[in-house]
Amino acid sequence: MASIWEYANPKKFIATTDKLLPWVSALAVATLVSGLIWGFFFTPEDYKQGSTVKIIYLHVPAALMAINAWMMMLVASLVWIVRRHHVSALAARAAAPIGAMMTMIALITGAIWGQPMWGTWWEWDPRLTSFLILFLFYLGYMALWSAIENDDTAADLTSILCLVGSVFALLSRYAVNFWNQGLHQGASLSMDKEEHVADVFYYPLLVCIAGFILLFVALVFLRTQTEIRARRTRALLARERLGQ
Amino acid sequence: MIALLIRDIRLAVRAGGGFGLGLAFFLIVVALVPFGVGPQSALLAKIAAGILWLGALLACLLSLDRIFALDWEDGSLDLLATAPVPMEAAVSVKAFAHWLTTGLPLVLAAPVFGLLLNLPGPGYGPLVVSLLLGTPALSVIGTFGAALTVGIKRGGLLLSLLVLPLYVPTLIFGAEVARRGAEEMAYHTPLLMLAGITCGAIALLPFASAAVLRVNLR
Amino acid sequence: MMPELGKYEVEVLSSYAVSILLIVALVVVSILRSRKARAALDEVEKRGRKHG
Repeated sequence: MASIWEYANPKKFIATTDKLLPWVSALAVATLVSGLIWGFFFTPEDYKQGSTVKIIYLHVPAALMAINAWMMMLVASLVWIVRRHHVSALAARAAAPIGAMMTMIALITGAIWGQPMWGTWWEWDPRLTSFLILFLFYLGYMALWSAIENDDTAADLTSILCLVGSVFALLSRYAVNFWNQGLHQGASLSMDKEEHVADVFYYPLLVCIAGFILLFVALVFLRTQTEIRARRTRALLARERLGQ
Repeated sequence: MIALLIRDIRLAVRAGGGFGLGLAFFLIVVALVPFGVGPQSALLAKIAAGILWLGALLACLLSLDRIFALDWEDGSLDLLATAPVPMEAAVSVKAFAHWLTTGLPLVLAAPVFGLLLNLPGPGYGPLVVSLLLGTPALSVIGTFGAALTVGIKRGGLLLSLLVLPLYVPTLIFGAEVARRGAEEMAYHTPLLMLAGITCGAIALLPFASAAVLRVNLR
Repeated sequence: MMPELGKYEVEVLSSYAVSILLIVALVVVSILRSRKARAALDEVEKRGRKHG
């Protein structure tokens, strides 16, 4: 009976991901490259947005992964608090910089897109603002990880911060919605939702989203391995120092 | 618990405890704003409510690391952990003491500083009410941040980075109440939201803070 | 080969450039760190075996 918790054993995790990693990375590169090439070279322009519609293949998947990365960190933190598997805490740590980078891509491409479409680089639109706040949460989370020397203490503190932060991030999302409606009534800048996107844009977008997800998985595998090895090195070094 | 409260207040009021520091910082922020944006009283009247909220928030932030730092250094935090009082209660009392010595003076000073910024007449009531409702949340959230960073040397900057994003909802609703009040608009909805956030924070966050402190004292 | 991007050429190209640059940078940093951690662990483990 194989249970998912078997992979909570660091050795087993490294052995399994070592086998999976080349496949996942190859698949990630293949989908990402083909999706982006499809989107960039072989899709028509939008009649309203012109060629800027091509930014969607980066913007939407990045924004999606920015939120999903935080979700994954939340789940991993809960697993650490409840079952105390080191791999889980280290996976949360490994995912944070990836999530921060995805948030940054979403923000930057959004700003570049907003410039010709809305006539401004930055608009205090609820979505943009909440992504900025999400980015701040990522920064704080990563800063706390690197500030604490003891691994277990750091894992405990950051996972509690992740739980509390999730609640406040959600609150901020609604607060920001409320705040902007209060500012300029009725003037809402909503980005194209997926259902508004025609099929020509929809399929390459799906491929790109799959590519971003695979990229995220591959990077999490790789970075979690790194964290496990770094942790083991620290433990061995500490034992050496004690033995002398 | 009452003894703990009295002790914390006494420590804060005593010289070097930073009791007046928050207020002085608040005054400086308020005084610097006209230098930054220009002395036009119409513009100041428009942004006064937001500036006062922001100033109060920053002044509150400034004094957070004092909540646990001194107790951590002289070891009384360990005593507190072994005391018969549950950690959650001790943390709540500490947050309450911080509010009494920092939040409450800010609330009382805000109308006076409002005069400096040319806050419109109808804005004073909502400003004081929103600060009165919002600053407890600032203290409780800040206590959580202070508990997180208590073991870290020179954690002041990290504390701000951790706490400021958590302050966003409180600031949004609080400043919204104050601004709508100054513009003579209905402000009941944000006021209720603000009260909700404060109640939720007071009810739930002490558990998180206590858990974090226990980890740090391990 | 290059598609006609019209008047938004700069915007589209720059957003692709920035995003791809960021992704590649993160991947490279991750791989470098992974190699370093692997090497460090190997070294420490070897030393541990030698000393018994």
